[in-house]
Amino acid sequence: MKILVFAEQRENKFKKPAFEAVKTARSIADQLNAEVIALVVGGDVQSIAPSLGGYGAQKVLIAEDRRLAHYASRAYARLVADAAQAHHATIVLIPATAMGKDLAPRVAVKLDAGLASDCTALNVEGSEIVATRPIYAGKALTKLKVNSAAKVFTLRPNVFAAGESNGAAAPVEKISADLTEQDLSCVATEIKQSSARLDVSEADIIVTGGRGLKGPENFAMIEQLAEALGAAVGASRAVVDAGWRPHDEQVGQTGKTVSPSLYVAVAVSGAIQHLAGMSSSKYIVAINKDKDAPIFQVANYGIVGDAFEIIPALTAEVRRK
Amino acid sequence: MKLAVCINHVPDTATKINIAADGKAIDRTGVTYIIGPYDEFALEECLRLKEKNGGDVTAISLGGDTHKETLRKALAMGADKAVLLKDDSARDSFAVARALADYLKEISPDVVFFGKQSVDYDDGAVGVMVAEMLGLPSVSVCVKLEIANGKATAEREIEGGREVVETTLPAVFTAQKGLNEPRYPSLKGIMGAKSKPIEERPASIVAGKTELIKMEKPPAKPGGKIVGTDAGAVPELVRLLHEEAKVI
Ligand SMILES: Cc1cc2nc3c(=O)[nH]c(=O)nc-3n(C[C@H](O)[C@H](O)[C@H](O)COP(=O)(O)OP(=O)(O)OC[C@H]3O[C@@H](n4cnc5c(N)ncnc54)[C@H](O)[C@@H]3O)c2cc1C
Ligand SMILES: Nc1ncnc2c1ncn2[C@@H]1O[C@H](COP(=O)(O)O)[C@@H](O)[C@H]1O
Repeated sequence: MKILVFAEQRENKFKKPAFEAVKTARSIADQLNAEVIALVVGGDVQSIAPSLGGYGAQKVLIAEDRRLAHYASRAYARLVADAAQAHHATIVLIPATAMGKDLAPRVAVKLDAGLASDCTALNVEGSEIVATRPIYAGKALTKLKVNSAAKVFTLRPNVFAAGESNGAAAPVEKISADLTEQDLSCVATEIKQSSARLDVSEADIIVTGGRGLKGPENFAMIEQLAEALGAAVGASRAVVDAGWRPHDEQVGQTGKTVSPSLYVAVAVSGAIQHLAGMSSSKYIVAINKDKDAPIFQVANYGIVGDAFEIIPALTAEVRRK
Repeated sequence: MKLAVCINHVPDTATKINIAADGKAIDRTGVTYIIGPYDEFALEECLRLKEKNGGDVTAISLGGDTHKETLRKALAMGADKAVLLKDDSARDSFAVARALADYLKEISPDVVFFGKQSVDYDDGAVGVMVAEMLGLPSVSVCVKLEIANGKATAEREIEGGREVVETTLPAVFTAQKGLNEPRYPSLKGIMGAKSKPIEERPASIVAGKTELIKMEKPPAKPGGKIVGTDAGAVPELVRLLHEEAKVI
């Protein structure tokens, strides 16, 4: 049995979710006595490919073409599906990133495979994989099996441990990209970087401000705390809709889903649609002057008090340490 | 320009979710249903494309009779035609996509819009699956779209920024918040929608490829600790984060 992992890279660097997916494949493979093959698609990825061996890939396939330097959904999907078929891989793991979530449905259709998306756990039970995934924005969980011969799973970033590389280098095998016109009918031409130093979807610590901060000027306080913690700045929908912060900072049902190690919610009430995006964070700190604010129900630690007094003190204390 | 939008009828995002006794579905008592919030952005975008380029908008929903409520709302907002693909059983994304694709193939629109995800099963898969089934290009999670000369330029949200994507038409798009601000149906629209017919057809049925084992509530978080009520609590909070949680 073989497991194929799509190891996402951007600008010839692996994203952490790529390592998480390879490591997860390794652990499933160890239980099912299977082999782990990784696939890297991009413009110039030869030099980074072997490093996936350190997370448990036994072989790394690379499909290189300068026209693949940016994401091209149809080309990428065809290359993943072709690689799975050529190597008889029946399990395909893909990170549930912006790229992976776009890619997986196409791969699933090409392989006539069922898809379990945005999984938060994959457990081997007997000879089967049981996936756990949140539904209703995390208000419920489902456990499910994929019944088709080929199976595609996408893994929620930051939930599966990547661990440290053991330093092993995997053998690399080039596959020809052979791009067709159809492959290139839909391609990314450019990336517009957001002005934020760090994006909430990639941050290990997030400090989010809510409407209780009263105005956009008061986010300076949040930015300072974030900087002291090496964190990204997040926002509730109320402050995004008010135009105080850009939409790409919004956390929640209609914003981004995040699972950082630490989530600090400042003057955020904790509406159910906000919780939808952040309740799987490992540790949650709430600072709110209303002791009955629902955010306290999911918080590990809370201070019931005035953010205008507490945040500067917290920033100073973090800097002091 | 022929435009189509697939809309789902989903529990209001503020609804409390309880699991039914069989552990395989939610308990529907007391749950109010709405048009999928992302599907509303998708519909709005189609209406704007029509206003700019001419053409007509078909809204499609797959499900039971209750979905007519959401189709009626689409008509009230300005859709020209509503189609209910009748199907009363719960199905996975693959089966939903197959049924929608079969219908879309018949009407072959220039632009097909979806929401980026349903707010029930949160799969975020149906739109792109349909694109693949129809052999069309797609751009998912769009926050901006421009169409001119038979080509589209879209911006999609990615980690740390936006990706600018160019695609030929016909194509499939999925909508993210930020794409537009959906309109409220006008009184005239609401009145007009009452007399517009909703076409009903049986959905094409294929078996799903996933099997639900069970649904459950997430484990409750152990009660948190209130560290204090003013800035005096800050050193203790920092100590806990450092020594107990080990996250800073
Ligand atoms: C379909 C749909 C989707 C949605 N999607 C999202 C989403 O993705 N993300 C999201 O966040 N919301 C979303 N919402 C909106 C959500 O329901 C809430 O309206 C929103 O989260 C509230 O934002 P808030 O907590 O900043 O503001 P509020 O609810 O107004 O809370 C402000 C909080 O600040 C506290 N406060 C005030 N002053 C101080 C002070 N000096 N010090 C400390 N605390 C103070 C108050 O006690 C209060 O708890 C969605 C809603 C709908 C209907
Ligand atoms: N039953 C349905 N009827 C019509 N459209 C649907 C249905 N289910 C899903 N969709 C569309 O597919 C999108 C993505 O759904 P999902 O893959 O389930 O998250 C939704 O936002 C809708 O646009």
